[in-house]
Amino acid sequence: MLEKVLIANRGEIALRVLRACQELGIKTVAVHSTADAGLKHVLLADETVCIGPPPSSDSYLNMPAIIAAAEVTDAVAIHPGYGFLSENADFAERVQESGFVFIGPEPDTIRLMGDKVSAIAAMRAAGVPCVPGSDGVLADDNEENARLARDIGYPVIIKAAGGGGGRGMRVVNSEASLFNAISITQGEALAAFGNEQVYMEKYLERPRHIEFQVLADNHGNAIHLGERDCSMQRRHQKVVEEAPAPGITTEVRTRMGARCAEACLDIGYRGAGTFEFLFQDGEFFFIEMNTRIQVEHPVTEMVTGIDIVKAQILIAGGDPLLQRQADVQWSGHAIECRINAEDPKTFMPSPGTVDLWHAPGGPGIRVDSHLYGGYAVPPHYDSLIAKVVAHGDSRESAIARMNTALSEIVVEGIRTNVPLHQEICQHAAFKTGGTDINYLEKRLGLK
Amino acid sequence: MDIRKVKKLIELLQESGIAEIEISEGEESVRISRYSTAGPTTLVQGTAAPAGAVQQLGLTEGAIAAPADAGRGGHEVTAPMVGTFYAGPAPGAKPFVEIGTEVAVGDTLCILEAMKMMNQIESDFSGRVVSILVENGAPVEFGQVLFIVEE
Repeated sequence: MLEKVLIANRGEIALRVLRACQELGIKTVAVHSTADAGLKHVLLADETVCIGPPPSSDSYLNMPAIIAAAEVTDAVAIHPGYGFLSENADFAERVQESGFVFIGPEPDTIRLMGDKVSAIAAMRAAGVPCVPGSDGVLADDNEENARLARDIGYPVIIKAAGGGGGRGMRVVNSEASLFNAISITQGEALAAFGNEQVYMEKYLERPRHIEFQVLADNHGNAIHLGERDCSMQRRHQKVVEEAPAPGITTEVRTRMGARCAEACLDIGYRGAGTFEFLFQDGEFFFIEMNTRIQVEHPVTEMVTGIDIVKAQILIAGGDPLLQRQADVQWSGHAIECRINAEDPKTFMPSPGTVDLWHAPGGPGIRVDSHLYGGYAVPPHYDSLIAKVVAHGDSRESAIARMNTALSEIVVEGIRTNVPLHQEICQHAAFKTGGTDINYLEKRLGLK
Repeated sequence: MDIRKVKKLIELLQESGIAEIEISEGEESVRISRYSTAGPTTLVQGTAAPAGAVQQLGLTEGAIAAPADAGRGGHEVTAPMVGTFYAGPAPGAKPFVEIGTEVAVGDTLCILEAMKMMNQIESDFSGRVVSILVENGAPVEFGQVLFIVEE
């Protein structure tokens, strides 16, 4: 068991990690910027270290400051949360070189899956279905690229190899705009990711986003915890997530889940991870793997009863997985609404002091939030302030409970997107389920 | 009181579920408590937020401790990084500065060590060192006040 864990993150996920550590009797070190000294997990942690001024680059992305904080507190391991340095292979490497345990996979695994081209190659080798594409970085050969695009079939999408999460991509509908699109995307990729390599894929026009959660230990065991449907998105940001995915049968879940678990063994994966797929016309297409805990992990926890963050920590401490695949059972349906400090119509961020916060409750309701009355939401970071999760024995029950929960929430002092979530829960298409990743923007008139 | 008795009491506390134990022997008494009443341990002396307190922070950039009135034109020299504070250039060597030392802008005041690298911390002010707020070998966090320099 790791004796002391440094939490290299903030907000709701830092609180989530702290809770898992406390359950396991592990001492916690909270690192924070000067703007975050009032964070709930900072007030609860055993030790705290201020690591820098508000800008992320000087604090939560500041590798030497985080590692120095681990040194002065004699921490044993570092949990990177999500975002920030969680998928930075260099950081993972430096953590290990400094003598600490990085709670996540090996740096080389992060590197392999962080480069989207090598990730796809690894998945093809592992027998995981991928989007038809260039299967490699595009060369400076217009003829070759035109031929590739014709073979794949328009529309195609040009993607940055160093990108991910919806950033650094451009759709091309015909050869006329192909060469320009490639150059521009290469330029953007260089500026944003320091890597101008791009690749090409078939552009799917109405896919759903379905992802599979996996857990793998250091003893050759890998299991899947089923899928999540995260199709409700705006600008590639997930808004509502659910598990299981409507319409996915047990047979499909077993087949795809097993494929992902086997892929974990093929690449020597360790820890929690998520395989992201586009799902269209009954077919799955791998797009990328996230080598960290995901924001929406609670919906999987609610339907399986398995604590994924606790598992991350136990795996990092050398324990074998607590469950075998046969032990994993799915029960009911869970939906998560991401509550952001933003205007529900304009989506403008709304930082400020929360004068009054009242969280919903009742059967099947889980709220992951660092909010408290009087807490000041800072302007320097992302706007996620709470995740409201509703579980029921059916999808209808989960939606009904979510409706009640949303009507109970009180947040005064800042604007939130609670009204948007209340609206989505009324949409007939949402109640039916199975909407694709373009649905929300079309429905809101943003496309 | 016999130190061995005190050690035994500490062991007793750790092994049992007792939170606090106080023993009096004649005029001597000792109290051993499992939980420090000061709440979470922070590395910032004096400006720590007690457990459960609500910290309201302004949204402007600034150090966690607003530059306090250090009295008669005193400037606070704060740590620009996380690390271990060393008063001198090497173990056993004379400290860079002492109370009363006159310093000029750019003079080395101390070393902050992190990740096996020694960083010399220079004074932003000229004047006299009137306060040294950290002990040799102690850990410091970003923004922690190290020295007070009076012009």
